Amino acid sequence: MRIAKIFSAFTLFFIAATLSVNAQCKAFAKKDCLPTLSPYTHDGNYHAAVLVEGEEAELYKTFYSDMEYRVAVVGEGKLPAVEFSIIDENKNVLYTNKDHNYAKTWDFKLESSKQLKLVVKVSSFNKPGDVPASGCVAIMFGFKVKK
Amino acid sequence: MNKTYRTVTGIITVMMLVVLLLSGCRSEGSKEKKQEAEQGTPKDLERVQQEIKQANKIFEALPSPLESAMLIKSAGAPFDKKFLNPVENAKLYTTSRSQALNLGLYTCDLSFASLYDQTQLIIDYMNAAKKMADGLGILDAIDQKTIENLEENINNKDAIMEIISETFLNSNSYLADNDQNAVAAIVLVGGWVEGLYISTQLVDLKNFTDNKLVNTIVDQKLSIQILVNLLDSNKGHPTVDELISQMQELRTVFDKVKLETGPVKTEIDPATNTAILKSSAKIDISIEVFKELTAVVAKIRNSFVK
Repeated sequence: MRIAKIFSAFTLFFIAATLSVNAQCKAFAKKDCLPTLSPYTHDGNYHAAVLVEGEEAELYKTFYSDMEYRVAVVGEGKLPAVEFSIIDENKNVLYTNKDHNYAKTWDFKLESSKQLKLVVKVSSFNKPGDVPASGCVAIMFGFKVKK
Repeated sequence: MNKTYRTVTGIITVMMLVVLLLSGCRSEGSKEKKQEAEQGTPKDLERVQQEIKQANKIFEALPSPLESAMLIKSAGAPFDKKFLNPVENAKLYTTSRSQALNLGLYTCDLSFASLYDQTQLIIDYMNAAKKMADGLGILDAIDQKTIENLEENINNKDAIMEIISETFLNSNSYLADNDQNAVAAIVLVGGWVEGLYISTQLVDLKNFTDNKLVNTIVDQKLSIQILVNLLDSNKGHPTVDELISQMQELRTVFDKVKLETGPVKTEIDPATNTAILKSSAKIDISIEVFKELTAVVAKIRNSFVK
């Protein structure tokens, strides 16, 4: 009986904690990532996750030749620098923000439509034994019609 | 007592690990490699950290309804109301399957109407999308204030696109945050299929060769694998399983279309300081294959709206 009560209490606690972490991530994406897309129009899609330092995420998307794009990758302040690279199907790195002082956005257009991979990596503070930092990382795309 | 304590501690440890993994992968189309989740209860912090580091988040990003509509417009296609799903149908959608599919569909129709300054249709389709979102329990994605804001800005295309983008963001982030990734994927598929349906219907077959809209449709071949992966990562949901077989049929037709792209070279446009990804593309689609594609897309889309 006692175990059941403890179990129920922890279940509720963890559900609440999970929803709270996700709600924070959504609020962060809207407040800190979305404004960086201006003057491009946000496509309306939501990609955000809690990442731990050293962790990677991948995103696959088709980019069209009729559009100009801005990609924005923004991590919460408590995280170390967030690195992102754009890679084509032959694994060629077309852009990495590591070469641009970890810029949060990159603007580009394409001559022909392509499916590309975006790799996001939270760098590490490199302090062995410390609890690794974790926080929300948001990835958003803005577009406008090519002139 | 010790045994009870160990049991409770074990349960708590497992739940903590589950929370860490779940909170890290909430987003439409994200998935974690199954083997990480199946490794069992960690014995110490180091192992938990190691498992988190190994976790690999994957996002499959389909074009949003707004982007699909923008692609149709930029290809120079005309507006035709008859290819939209009538708003009167909204009352027919009472299941979560039909509401999710038609939330995507109506958002695409709404975006399409907004790009062609169809002021009354914009309000009507926003209300239809609201009905779908409300039915799915997506709280506050589209509220009365959104409709009023839309009415106040009805002649401001940029403001309207911003409102549509924000309502779609509200919907899909709500679904992702509430562990409804499968529903979020269904919404996206609904919007993508509607964009493909409208564009295939708008192609003038008399001007098939070098038709810009046909090229835009062929480009959707690039998104088919993303779409299949997105659905695969949500397998087990009855609607998703149904969509997987429909999308396989669509992929079979797209496989008959030739789309070859050359290597990419990055250059900088000095006028705008924007990067240009230069590459060549070769497209080959026969009119017969295009007709087959149009028929399969119409069949799938009509199964969504009936």
